[in-house]
Amino acid sequence: MNEVLAIDVENAVKFFGGNSRWWGGANASRLNGGSSAPAGAKVAVDHVSLQVRRGEIFGVLGPNGSGKSTLIRLIATLLIPDGGRVTVFGHDVTAEPRKVQSLINRVSVEASFFKKLSPMENLQYGARLYGVSAGETTARVLEILARLGLDEKSIYRPMEEMSRGMQQKVAIARALLSKPSLLLLDEPTTGLDPRSKRDVQKFVRELRDAQGTTILLTTHDMIEAEALCDRIAIIDGGKIVALNTPGKLKSLIRHNGHAPTLEDVFLELTGKQLAAEDEMPGALAI
Amino acid sequence: MTTMAQEFKASYAFIERNFNIVKRYWAWELVWLVYTVANSLAVSYIGLGFEKLGGGGLDGKYFVLYLAVGTIVWRYLSVIFYWVTDLVGLERWEGTIEYTLMAPITRFTHMAGQTAFAVVYSLIHTAVVLAATMAFFNITLAKANLWGFLLLLIAGSLSFIGISIVGAVLPLLFPERGSQMTHLIIAMLLLVSGVYYPVEVLPQWLQVFSWLSPATYVIDGARAALLDGAPTPSLWGYVWPLLIMGAIAIPAGLRIFHWAEAYAKRTGKLHRNG
Repeated sequence: MNEVLAIDVENAVKFFGGNSRWWGGANASRLNGGSSAPAGAKVAVDHVSLQVRRGEIFGVLGPNGSGKSTLIRLIATLLIPDGGRVTVFGHDVTAEPRKVQSLINRVSVEASFFKKLSPMENLQYGARLYGVSAGETTARVLEILARLGLDEKSIYRPMEEMSRGMQQKVAIARALLSKPSLLLLDEPTTGLDPRSKRDVQKFVRELRDAQGTTILLTTHDMIEAEALCDRIAIIDGGKIVALNTPGKLKSLIRHNGHAPTLEDVFLELTGKQLAAEDEMPGALAI
Repeated sequence: MTTMAQEFKASYAFIERNFNIVKRYWAWELVWLVYTVANSLAVSYIGLGFEKLGGGGLDGKYFVLYLAVGTIVWRYLSVIFYWVTDLVGLERWEGTIEYTLMAPITRFTHMAGQTAFAVVYSLIHTAVVLAATMAFFNITLAKANLWGFLLLLIAGSLSFIGISIVGAVLPLLFPERGSQMTHLIIAMLLLVSGVYYPVEVLPQWLQVFSWLSPATYVIDGARAALLDGAPTPSLWGYVWPLLIMGAIAIPAGLRIFHWAEAYAKRTGKLHRNG
């Protein structure tokens, strides 16, 4: 069967720093040839390969600086790979970025908005960039934000007056307005209170079930990953160290008197603690 | 929906967004407008100052008009410059740059919306400064060729938009200080374009750069239209260099921006907020 994959990452490489050249692709061709990054470079994504099927909720787990966000940015056309190939529904992110962009949207850990503008003004702006009319946006904003538990009055007040959790819900609404076939969720629930977290998780599940949206989710929350994801990749040092369903990942390690959790699997495979980025001041998310 | 309609709608997104930002920052806008008017008046008063210092042997009124035209045109062009270069700087400040550059629109559409807003905003500012100048110095524009003046402003906008797009590359490449670096471009143009003095007073080697600056043609043409009432056909000598510069500067600016965007995506410079 020749099914078009939602995401096909083939031997992707991304590094930062080193003796990269200004405009040329000299480094990229070198890496395509199989050699390593230039001296002094920090390799963020190191020959990663993975495939995500349509309609799947795929999780990426990893400690700070493991390359999760870089991988998402490569898929989102915000970074150009230094090696390998990334396609979204068959379109190459480097060769056909606009085709990819029209199929995707993204929610990142920072809910980035024009802070003086209201959620409605921010969302109108975001939606227009994807060709959604003002009338359609207004109706959908009210519907999405109500489902996410956001009160209607706050939709017309400046974003800067909202809590981080509320801003994150608006960020989710922004991503959904364009009806993406692929939704990239980069730690969407970090910093949210338990209730907001549950609202978002419920919504993610509904989105996949009702609209068949493919979702790539990075998270530090093992329970969230287990509850939402069909398959999970554990990434460490830019490399995938395990990839399977949550159940099969748990079967990879031995029982120590209790049923292993995803966190046990993670610790065993990476030797590292998971910590939310906002718990580590000064940590650089790459 | 056709691609053209979608691009137009996307372009309008930038106009509407900027209008909303101006509306929300209305107090700042008021301060900025008062500052601009006061600054322009202060420059124009230098003309009357010359008359007094020269012991009455100089025509102060002419100097006032000379400086007023320079400062009004310069305000117009520099406001366009700052709005267009701010298309990256503003979004870096707000942290929204990745979302905008991830949208499925051409960079031309992006720039078109931003520059359309910049031109309208700048025209409104210019009209207020012009009205204040006329009121303070009791100037009448009965003899002036206002349509010719407007034509020069529009023609001058094109090349300034191109230069500004190149300026917008700086905040893209230098996240921390790129926005401040754009001041260098505007300062160099101010130096060589004869805004407050005839370019002939500059050293010969600097005068070469004045020929390359679109502001020189806009300001000289504006003085001819407003001070001498030169008819529109006679302004063609100022307009055609501006059109040629615009025809070169805009595509060149877009191409340079495209390279800079690719470089930023290759090196991961989009993510860092300055």
